[in-house]
Amino acid sequence: MSLIAVVDYGMGNLRSVSKALEHVAMADQKVIVTSDPADIAAADHIVFPGQGAARDCMLELRQRRLIEPVLKAAREKPFFGICMGLQVLLAHSQENKGIECMGLYDGEVRFFGNAFAEQGINQKEAMLKIPHMGWNRVHQTQAHPLWQGIAQDSRFYFVHSYYVSPVDQGLAAGETEFGIKFVSAIARDNVFAAQFHPEKSAADGLQLLENFTRWNGSQN
Amino acid sequence: MSLAKRIIPCLDVDNGRVVKGVKFVDIRDAGDPVEVARRYDQEGADEITFLDITASSDNRETIVHVVERVAEEVFIPLTVGGGIRTVADVQRMLNAGADKVAINTAAVFNPEFVKEASERVGSQCIVVAIDAKKVSAEGEPNRWEIFTHGGRKETGLDAIEWAKKMADYGAGEILLTSMDRDGTKIGFDLELTRAIAEAVPVPVIASGGVGNLEHLAEGVLEGKADAVLAASIFHFAEYTVGEAKQKMAERGIEVRL
Repeated sequence: MSLIAVVDYGMGNLRSVSKALEHVAMADQKVIVTSDPADIAAADHIVFPGQGAARDCMLELRQRRLIEPVLKAAREKPFFGICMGLQVLLAHSQENKGIECMGLYDGEVRFFGNAFAEQGINQKEAMLKIPHMGWNRVHQTQAHPLWQGIAQDSRFYFVHSYYVSPVDQGLAAGETEFGIKFVSAIARDNVFAAQFHPEKSAADGLQLLENFTRWNGSQN
Repeated sequence: MSLAKRIIPCLDVDNGRVVKGVKFVDIRDAGDPVEVARRYDQEGADEITFLDITASSDNRETIVHVVERVAEEVFIPLTVGGGIRTVADVQRMLNAGADKVAINTAAVFNPEFVKEASERVGSQCIVVAIDAKKVSAEGEPNRWEIFTHGGRKETGLDAIEWAKKMADYGAGEILLTSMDRDGTKIGFDLELTRAIAEAVPVPVIASGGVGNLEHLAEGVLEGKADAVLAASIFHFAEYTVGEAKQKMAERGIEVRL
């Protein structure tokens, strides 16, 4: 029996994520929702979701002593970050007046409003509502086993006010436009992480999760 | 812009069954919520909203089970409203599998509840439902006020000011229903929709009055809504969600096809 562990650190409901994974998992794969480092160490695939504010996420991860186990998993085995589970992989977030995050990747999590202001985009006139909520296109910027069976520029469901801006733009696996162009998915080695919610993105989202459950963490 | 405008079928649920009343009377049975939700998902609905209209608090648990069952097989966002009064209610719905919770009357009686709930679970999970009615007379500048209890009780609150306040208090989205139009099938109150959509920094869902597909397109093009919600035109198979999207696409609106 192979194990898919959904990391629970008290930030948001994980039922949808686990149900979607169960829907696509192979017969010999078991999906568990866990906050036990031993489970994370034992699992074959790790799903790292999350919603809510960066400060609370980091606080919960710290209190539950999950930072090291999660970082270790992200260096070793097929790892899928979703929404906040992508954002906290970066070094720093602008949310809550500035929060240090896990720092797996160099870069910052930025507020859309700041980016619009810097680029002279009139948010009100452009009717750019924050949170960025709804179905937007993801342009695949690199070939990846997880994109298999998903058409270029397919739509996924987003709901977020902050976006990742990695220093190494080569991390990008997908880009999306919302007033500005931002990185909506990253991929490096055994890690894939998405700003959107595959568990809420109908057939294409399920395809992405299905590809993940079959992924060995390599690029081919 | 490549963010699609959303079409959201709404299911009024009474004691675990889908119903649709015209102005809250003449309630007709429209089926099992799980089956209906599955059909909407297959037709391409962008989200699904459940409004629990169960009168008896004894039967409130039924909606929780409905959400649980739907969330097991429908993988698009789900919103639940009706009778949400405490942070515990919010959390119970999210735990059952809802992605967002719509708060209506409780926000009017206790605005701090919206703040408390959004701080606890995040703004993205909190929709504030606003039921507005025009109170200005013919020839006067437009003015709408908030009504509760299915449009029967006035509050004296100005709808635009209220919507702004709710966004300020942490609502991640506004579900705006015109009580003048709800159930009439003559189209959205477009002036109201536009006034609110232009006043708040968060997405606005237009609701109340949809009778045909052109109405949906108008809600976006003239009402400036980010999403459009309709119940009866989809329930009784007058139109499919797919047809609604085709119509919107023909009118130049970006939709997820």
